[in-house]
Amino acid sequence: MDIKVNVREAPGDCYVVELNGEIDVYTSPKVKDAIGTLIDRGVYHLVINLEKVRYIDSTGLGVLIGGLKRVREHGGSVNLVCTNLQIKKIFDITGLVKIFGIFDSEDAAMKALV
Amino acid sequence: MNQAVEQTAPEFVELRIPARAQWVALARLAAAVVANHLHFSIEEIEDVKLAVAEACAAVIQHDGHGEFISLTCEALPDVLRVRVRDSGRHSAAPAEGRRMNFDEARVAGLGIFLIRTLMDEVSYDVHPQHGTDLVMVKRVTGRPE
Repeated sequence: MDIKVNVREAPGDCYVVELNGEIDVYTSPKVKDAIGTLIDRGVYHLVINLEKVRYIDSTGLGVLIGGLKRVREHGGSVNLVCTNLQIKKIFDITGLVKIFGIFDSEDAAMKALV
Repeated sequence: MNQAVEQTAPEFVELRIPARAQWVALARLAAAVVANHLHFSIEEIEDVKLAVAEACAAVIQHDGHGEFISLTCEALPDVLRVRVRDSGRHSAAPAEGRRMNFDEARVAGLGIFLIRTLMDEVSYDVHPQHGTDLVMVKRVTGRPE
């Protein structure tokens, strides 16, 4: 079990963090490091692509919430790409659908960045 | 392997893992296998996996947890009863989570909130000397075709 993190620059002064695998109490520190490194470099507009994420738990949600809080302090934003119904369900029941922009494609998520 | 469960007496599957993050995946996989044996739907199996993982993660992230986490899955007809125990010393029950606004977003308590939402019955006992004892019940509601 592992998480693969691919970070790439995208048009419009934003970065895409593409995750592949499972985000849990073991792997979430790696995701936190990747997002934190970008923010430390002054990147405040992020698209986090969860299309290849098969599983996420509360520690993974916590990493996303932490990243969002940090970028918002700088006027930034985080949009998510998620098509997995089970993961969407977790965002829904926790109310996180109200604080994250959640999109079905990377293009839509990037266009919607504030 | 995918035949209907016909036993009426409970069957137990027990697993003891080190109370470390890298072993949580094994616990949730074990619970998923038992849930599949009971013919839970895919969505219900995912619910069980997440609830078990949250229970284990809560133990690991809590100061003073024990060396091991014990997982017991009790397979009854159409019912899965999961017990997660650790032998650490704790001073308080897990914080209750709830739906969040951004300003109050926090992770503390989110795990137990998910457990309560995804499982049909949840009870826990936190003993200062004997650790946490969490019991969760999930009933089969949707059988796959």
